[in-house]
Amino acid sequence: MSVYKEFLLLKRDFGGLVILFVMPLVLIITVTLIQDSTFKSISDAKIPILLVDYDKGNVSKTVFDNLQKSNIFTVVTKIDNKLITESLAKEAVFAGKYQMAIIIPEKLSADLQNKIDQNVQKIVNSFGMSDTLAKSDNTKVVNQKEVKLYFDPAVQMSFKNAVMSSIDKMISQIETKSIYATFQDQLGDGTVSFEQNSFISFKEIMPKINDKEIKPNSVQHNVPAWTLFAIFFIIIPLSINIVKEKTQGTFIRLRTNPVSNSIVLAGKTITYLIICMIQFYMMVAVAIFLFPHLGLPALNVEGHLFMMSVVALFTGFAAIGFGILLGTIAKTSEQSAPFGATSVIILAAIGGVWVPVFAMSKFMQIVAKSSPMNWGLNAFYDVLLRNGTISAILPEIGLLFLFFIITTAIALLYEKKKRGV
Amino acid sequence: MKTLIQILKLSKIYKDAEMYSLDDFSLSINEGQIFGLLGPNGAGKTTLISMLCGLVKPTSGSFLINNFTYANNGDDIKKIIGVVPQEYALYPTLTARENLMYFGSMYGLKGDNLKEKVIESLDLLGLLKFADKRIETFSGGMKRRVNLIAGILHNPKILFLDEPTVGVDVQSKNVVIDYLKQLNKNGTTIIYTSHHLSEAQDFCTDIAILDRGKIYAQGTPKHLIASIENARNLEDVYISLTGKELRDDI
Repeated sequence: MSVYKEFLLLKRDFGGLVILFVMPLVLIITVTLIQDSTFKSISDAKIPILLVDYDKGNVSKTVFDNLQKSNIFTVVTKIDNKLITESLAKEAVFAGKYQMAIIIPEKLSADLQNKIDQNVQKIVNSFGMSDTLAKSDNTKVVNQKEVKLYFDPAVQMSFKNAVMSSIDKMISQIETKSIYATFQDQLGDGTVSFEQNSFISFKEIMPKINDKEIKPNSVQHNVPAWTLFAIFFIIIPLSINIVKEKTQGTFIRLRTNPVSNSIVLAGKTITYLIICMIQFYMMVAVAIFLFPHLGLPALNVEGHLFMMSVVALFTGFAAIGFGILLGTIAKTSEQSAPFGATSVIILAAIGGVWVPVFAMSKFMQIVAKSSPMNWGLNAFYDVLLRNGTISAILPEIGLLFLFFIITTAIALLYEKKKRGV
Repeated sequence: MKTLIQILKLSKIYKDAEMYSLDDFSLSINEGQIFGLLGPNGAGKTTLISMLCGLVKPTSGSFLINNFTYANNGDDIKKIIGVVPQEYALYPTLTARENLMYFGSMYGLKGDNLKEKVIESLDLLGLLKFADKRIETFSGGMKRRVNLIAGILHNPKILFLDEPTVGVDVQSKNVVIDYLKQLNKNGTTIIYTSHHLSEAQDFCTDIAILDRGKIYAQGTPKHLIASIENARNLEDVYISLTGKELRDDI
């Protein structure tokens, strides 16, 4: 009867239903679309960057060509049909009109070649081969050159670091190629050529299921993380439900009848668990069937749905425990709703929903391990990305259930201490 | 007559309060009585009822209900009491029938027995045609009547009523009072608080006038009126005992 009553109450609360079922879907679609486009190399997602070329040599040409080929950037060299100067680029970037500008200094190509020539000649001389080789001007002092980068102050550090590292790599490759070419010029008789491709390459080995590689994509990462986030938002309607009972007076009836508070809470737990599971299956269904129509990869749950359901169930338990505790302690919904929303965001942040836990400071990594959202996220990743079995997720789902038991027990004790006779 | 409620030196002081809400309070209530607890705001009426219903912990003292204590036989007490609080303790978005079915089920009533009991009670209090309307659409008087039914569906031996007729029209009040009298005739002992002194004078078999957590006078309405010189009714007794100054409490 308790479960039926809770369902009736929810059914007649339109705002509550929207929060419970529509908002999680909007959240998961929006976040996945945004995060997917961040990583996807599609032409309409290219980032325009300003290139100011004072060099007009090989180096600047190579930088330009590589950036154009990168599929991430479009290179802008003119604004309003005027060649961009450094001061114009600086102004445009600092005003947020462009995210970055690269300033290639004058004579970079020539000075780089001079420096390499001098270094190669020194090496060759040390082998006593100077007489047979073409001479270069060894006395000219070549100062170190600086490629300037301007970033929009609003650009995030991670993006900045990624761009800087790719430009650094590009310049190193240009330097290496120039060194090889100079050696070839100095030593070769026209028939010798150096292999200029990288000797060392990288190959990522993916985990396999049934001899099929599992290739994680943004959907495989995002859907579990944001599903977890949405499930935890059940804290808000649940805590409001409990607070309302106190303010409406129905709580008096519930406390003065022979049914214990734990039975009443069990009724709420069952109801909200069913809602959590409906939310979960709706989000999974959207990720499987709707995402491909939005240009996103479909969520691959092949062989994982049961285990994912287990994780969702225990995540639901943890969220409900927290909601019961919050609803019991809060005196008004003005207290419980903002506190619930903020704490879900904090739990998500420390749980690794936005920033991976391994990228956090040592202290925050320890804190992250105490977040139920982190336990849930790890369990989801174990199942979906690491092909884990039930024994792999047992510690995490155990912790999630323990969290439910502890929070509910505190709520029951608090209630008993405060009101009981 | 059997004593149903025995209160011994009961005291209650709330956290941060300067005065005791109940101060060394003793009282006996017998089976079959309609016992009125009357007094100005802050007299301790609601605190006393809340303690007897198991909602508030006493600071000191004790009480027995049907020879049970909450510490040892809490569930036994809860089975034999009915509570009608001052607030409309109902779910506004549920219908009258849904509310009553739910609260009735909490007392172990179920199936056809519960359904019939709900229909019968709604009919007796003139609400049957509104059974499937949501409580939020009801007037104050209608809510009061549903609030009352929710407390008596399980035929309690003892019924606690905290201002059951506050804010209702005369017609609703008469229906409620008549229904309560019938319940009492059928064996339910009633403990009642009110600010309607004429209503209490007609309705109660016994009355205690409380102020500042203590009993100032106790007896039948007739006895109380007779005990004060020139008193014509219960209001005269009440004013004579509790004074005329305002009792604005926070």
